[in-house]
Amino acid sequence: MLAKRIIPCLDVSAGRVVKGVNFVELRDAGDPVEIAKRYDEQGADEITFLDITASSDDRDIILHVVEQVAEQVFIPLTVGGGVRTVDDVRRLLNAGADKVSINTAAVNNPQVVYDASSKVGSQCIVVAIDAKQTAPGKWQVFTHGGRNNTGLDAIEWAQRVEALGAGEILLTSMDRDGTKIGFDLGLTRAVSDAVRIPVIASGGVGTLEHLSEGVSTGRADAVLAASIFHFGQHTVREAKELMRAHGIEVRL
Amino acid sequence: MTTVAIIDYGMGNLRSVAKAIEHVAPEHRIEVTSDPAVVAAADRVVFPGQGAMPDCMRELDLRGLRPAVLEAAASKPFLGICIGQQMLFENSEEGDVPGLGIFRGEVVRFRDADMVGVDGARLKVPHMGWNEVWQNSAHALWEGIPDGERFYFVHSYYVAPAEPALVAARTDYGVRFTSGVARANIFAVQFHPEKSAQAGLRLLSNFIRWTP
Repeated sequence: MLAKRIIPCLDVSAGRVVKGVNFVELRDAGDPVEIAKRYDEQGADEITFLDITASSDDRDIILHVVEQVAEQVFIPLTVGGGVRTVDDVRRLLNAGADKVSINTAAVNNPQVVYDASSKVGSQCIVVAIDAKQTAPGKWQVFTHGGRNNTGLDAIEWAQRVEALGAGEILLTSMDRDGTKIGFDLGLTRAVSDAVRIPVIASGGVGTLEHLSEGVSTGRADAVLAASIFHFGQHTVREAKELMRAHGIEVRL
Repeated sequence: MTTVAIIDYGMGNLRSVAKAIEHVAPEHRIEVTSDPAVVAAADRVVFPGQGAMPDCMRELDLRGLRPAVLEAAASKPFLGICIGQQMLFENSEEGDVPGLGIFRGEVVRFRDADMVGVDGARLKVPHMGWNEVWQNSAHALWEGIPDGERFYFVHSYYVAPAEPALVAARTDYGVRFTSGVARANIFAVQFHPEKSAQAGLRLLSNFIRWTP
């Protein structure tokens, strides 16, 4: 059976992992290569890099990061953050990314999802959706870290990007992001049931139990988390052992 | 020195494949190439593929690589990966395009009606992630790899060989589909060994040492 995936996410700025990663015995806590290798050893199924580089002068640095990681880590790599054009997608794939995640640019110009997936294949294109609850059972798509309401219904938007050629959806609850109280399971389930492509749940993980719920109750195909793994609080392996104990298929 | 040619026909990034093979075969020369002469001169050939099969077939022919691929598949250790496996067959449902016809059989899409999991939930397409690969028979490329080991997949189509003897591996996803084929000097898989951590590296290492 296909395993549910666990994906650690690393924020990268100007080539360095930020928001701190606190593994024991890590020589350089900011080195993306060393951290990616550590997650690979723990059994991570994929790794996602989110480029949060502020200065446009430093934007190309992420390409070198991807090149270096792809030389030493042989699991799928996804890169997101500031991806606007088909050319951005191509450059990241050529550097060694397996998938590229598009967020704001997809909202501003949905055609880019169609163009990119037609050019490089749906399997390489992830559309990231940041959603906030606006009424019971209703979620809308936000951009700019949750400040800007696009007015788009999250479920309809997910179906639209699927039709445009997205191969996967990275779904983040902006209500839960950073709260550590668990995924928005209603949102996760509603989107996952509404599309035929895989959905990655994100935002709100504080315990291993939350990861498990994202898959069982939320019906996510994969779960993404950052801080729970970064601070040595839990390993990916521990997360998988718990999921397996709950009867969830994992790669161990 | 042994040379491994990775055939580049402009469909997707072959860097990952090259890096993974370099990792297991540092003493070999790894060439990512679209030059038929380099393919002809290589000791081993890797035939990858990404994207849609009609595009892959078109780009292969635009670069005049078809004769070199056919010659390599007939004569030297040859590893097909993903669409590189699908292209070895006669025809694909994807765009109803003819393949290279080295193997008899079709490339078909996961049917909606089959996409129901054991818990009743809908199985997603593409089939994306780590799934078990059940070995159909002993083969040098499975050496050191446990039966049922997980490899990384990402695809919406799979091969349906006309000859059961071709089947080297099977995987369950709504249906039990062929995830690997082998005959003589050819071994080809639907999954991505270059993205399958230790198990994938082992398979690539076995390929580099394989004497069919």
